Amino acid sequence: MKMARLSTFGRWFGRGLLLASAILFSRPASAIPTQEKITEESLAVPGEIGQRGGRLVVSLRAEPKTLNPLIAVDAPSREVILGAMQADLIHINRSTQLNEPALAKSWEVSADGLQYTLTLRKGLKFSDGQPLDADDILFTFRVSLDESVHATQRDQLIVGGKPIVARKVDAHTVVFQLVKTYGAGERLFDGLAILPRHLLEKPYAEGKLSQAWTLATPANQWAGLGPFRLKEYIPGQRLVLERNPYYWKKDARGNRLPYLDELVFLFVSNAEAQVLRFQSGETDLISRLGAENFLTLNRQQRGFTMSDAGPGLEYNFLFFNLNEPGEKTPPDLSRKMKWFREVKFRQAISAAIDRDAIVRLVYQGRGAALWGPVTPGNRRWANVSLPHPARSPDRARALLKEAGFHWNSGPNGESVLVDSDAKPVEFSILTSSSNTDRTKMATLIQDDLKQLGMRVQVVPMEFRSLIDRVTQTKEYEACVLGLVSFDADPTPDLNVWLSSGGTHLWNPSQTHPATPWEAEIDSSMQLQLSAPSYQQRKKAFDRVQQILADNQPMIFLASPDILVGAKNSIGNFHPAVLEPYVLWNVEQLYFKNAAENTRQ
Amino acid sequence: MIQRRGLKRWLLALAALHGVVACAGFLAPYDPAEQDRERPYLPPMKIHLVDRKGVHHLRPFFYAVRLRDGSFDQFEESTGQPLPLQFFMTGARYRLLGLVPTRLHLFGAPTSRIHLLGSDAYGRDQLSRILYGGQISLLAGLLGAGLTLFLGVLVGATAGYYGGWRDGLFMRLAELFAALPWLYLLFALRAFLPLAVSPVRAFFLIILVIGAVGWARPARLVRGVVLSARERDFVRAARGFGATDGYLLRRHILPETSSVILTQAAILVPQFVLAEMTLSFLGLGVPEPVPTWGNLLASLQQYSVLLSYWWMYVPALAIVPFFLGYLGLASTLHQDAGIGKIERTSSWNSW
Repeated sequence: MKMARLSTFGRWFGRGLLLASAILFSRPASAIPTQEKITEESLAVPGEIGQRGGRLVVSLRAEPKTLNPLIAVDAPSREVILGAMQADLIHINRSTQLNEPALAKSWEVSADGLQYTLTLRKGLKFSDGQPLDADDILFTFRVSLDESVHATQRDQLIVGGKPIVARKVDAHTVVFQLVKTYGAGERLFDGLAILPRHLLEKPYAEGKLSQAWTLATPANQWAGLGPFRLKEYIPGQRLVLERNPYYWKKDARGNRLPYLDELVFLFVSNAEAQVLRFQSGETDLISRLGAENFLTLNRQQRGFTMSDAGPGLEYNFLFFNLNEPGEKTPPDLSRKMKWFREVKFRQAISAAIDRDAIVRLVYQGRGAALWGPVTPGNRRWANVSLPHPARSPDRARALLKEAGFHWNSGPNGESVLVDSDAKPVEFSILTSSSNTDRTKMATLIQDDLKQLGMRVQVVPMEFRSLIDRVTQTKEYEACVLGLVSFDADPTPDLNVWLSSGGTHLWNPSQTHPATPWEAEIDSSMQLQLSAPSYQQRKKAFDRVQQILADNQPMIFLASPDILVGAKNSIGNFHPAVLEPYVLWNVEQLYFKNAAENTRQ
Repeated sequence: MIQRRGLKRWLLALAALHGVVACAGFLAPYDPAEQDRERPYLPPMKIHLVDRKGVHHLRPFFYAVRLRDGSFDQFEESTGQPLPLQFFMTGARYRLLGLVPTRLHLFGAPTSRIHLLGSDAYGRDQLSRILYGGQISLLAGLLGAGLTLFLGVLVGATAGYYGGWRDGLFMRLAELFAALPWLYLLFALRAFLPLAVSPVRAFFLIILVIGAVGWARPARLVRGVVLSARERDFVRAARGFGATDGYLLRRHILPETSSVILTQAAILVPQFVLAEMTLSFLGLGVPEPVPTWGNLLASLQQYSVLLSYWWMYVPALAIVPFFLGYLGLASTLHQDAGIGKIERTSSWNSW
């Protein structure tokens, strides 16, 4: 409901499983963690030292559709799997946005950038106690790349048109061979869940891998490498996870993480209902809050703290239909498309929009105005030389005049913008009816443009039909949408910027770039993808941002802050601006009064 | 006689209420779509007669408000400068009663905006929006009721007077219409319409929809009256003298239905105002930024608005006097009709 998850770059995790009964009994009965020696074979993470115990309850917008990382595409499945159940070889720290070792304790990249040698930690075990070795990694890559499995991460593992080849050196060393350098480098491995061969080999051989690991899977048939493992699923109500006793992270004192005994996901479909649950203390954390609900909760503060993690990676924008008019295009629309294709027209619209008002009225000040797709939440990729021109109706008028528009006086004495054929400039803006924020933006834009003499109509529409209009029938005039990048790196958004991309919203899936500037974006994005150093990649992506600013195919509007809340009793609560916002360090979360909480 | 006076009283009250809404342009201080982006969700401003120092003023005044630093919706009065309310001042252009272009407004203030009923999410004046919104909602109700009754009388009179297969057909059709799940059909209908429907077209669409949905009930009532009236002695006598169908209907039968129609009208108008509100509330009505009562209430769908900004409920209160007026009128008409019937025809009780 929250936004257009168009830029999904599926990334998942895998988990293995085995006979769990033995494990269940062998769990230490004591709530005091046993202190173990810190070696490089387990990862020590900085942070407050917490206390063991307690059950953390969070709400989830919908039931996850699957627990199988290979086929998880829906946001709730991703949140559960990514947030709590699985682990990857190299991980992007959601807080620092940098790579850090995960299952692989170290890695080396060859001089030509084509070969990655990863060294696994020793003694790693799946949550069912079975050991992990290089064969599990090879198995994961084999099934992920198998076309018959339809794994979501398959595209991610095909670099330069050729699948990545994984080769085992010894039980703890794996070499990955690419045919072309990959710009984002090790980030490739983030979100790629390592699967247990001992549990999934049989379903794979039977061709049933994509049906494996549904929510109904018994807990002992399931295993993973994340901080929590499956305990119980009650349809329509909740998913209960329990502590993985074999987890490979430790705190600074050597206590094995996670601190929590249980993690419970309640299925609460409605955002307002989630607020009520949090307010009444039923859930311990809340994320994805709208600014108005945040304000309401902030005002009532009852044992919880609300915090503003700063702008996230969501960017909202207005775009016009820049498709080539075809035979089926209604004449009225093709007449209007002539205006839209005029770059000065788009620049004028951009100059007329009051972005500060959007931040203030839509996000209540908890957001940032945008002039490009890279939000202030992204620390490494923003083109700082991009101008941030203030709103200027005068400049907008000058631009329109240059583009051949002029003003007539209307029936009530108001001035009406008309094109060179004296036709009044009128168009409609589509928005998703389930997203009040974007409808509000469109209403503000409507008023901004009224002052230029344009008549704009806001048309809220059900999200699916809206996407269908934009990407399939292409019968629309303008649209306000938002995208969320899953990573600060530009690579996951390739689909948005390449003219051949399906999410290249203003003119999707082109066979040849329609304009010279789109061709230049294409080549810069390709350059960004294969350039060996961050500086070179940054330069290429800066150029992309510059072209976007010059041509305004998307008129960027604003980015909301990530607004979250947590009970005061939760320790180590450090919300990040990358998903999962509040659960990214779930293994470190703990209750300051754990003893009370376990009794709940 | 008592009934007559009651009728007059209700009619007078309704006329006054409609007069207020019809003169929305004059009574409202601002254009309903004009945004004041510095003052979103401003609570109703206070009108003072006594200033901070305890000095009484003859002319009502108010204090300018501004956002408290660092907050989004906390406002404070800057009590330094009392701003007197000005009457009959020039402001936004409008057409009085939709005809006379003018800029005269009942009240306003030259230097600062005054929001007597607060402002909405975009800083638009809530009072102006309620007044202007009433124009559209009430007009939709009145026109919708007119259309419904027209269709109802047409169908009901035909079915009742001619009987036979026409009666069967029309009445089954009426039952079918009464049984349809309208709301879902409306959503489907909206999908087939062009993307952007201009406010005027959306308005007539609403009236059309209301009319199409509502005709069944009045049609059945009218049919009942016509059915009994056509068997009355004076109608038979007229027919015996060679009166045509048209003459009989016009002269003898339809006048019998007048009380039913008037009562129905008084019941249907508020019902259709409500229907417009429902449609707009669901986003099927007149599009933003044109205000209607339904549009105004639609913002209450948000939990935070519901909880934090009580003045957003005011449009819901605005409809109450109209409803009371119409329902009072309806019950008076009903009683009137009943008594009249008993006096005139002893054999025929109230329907």
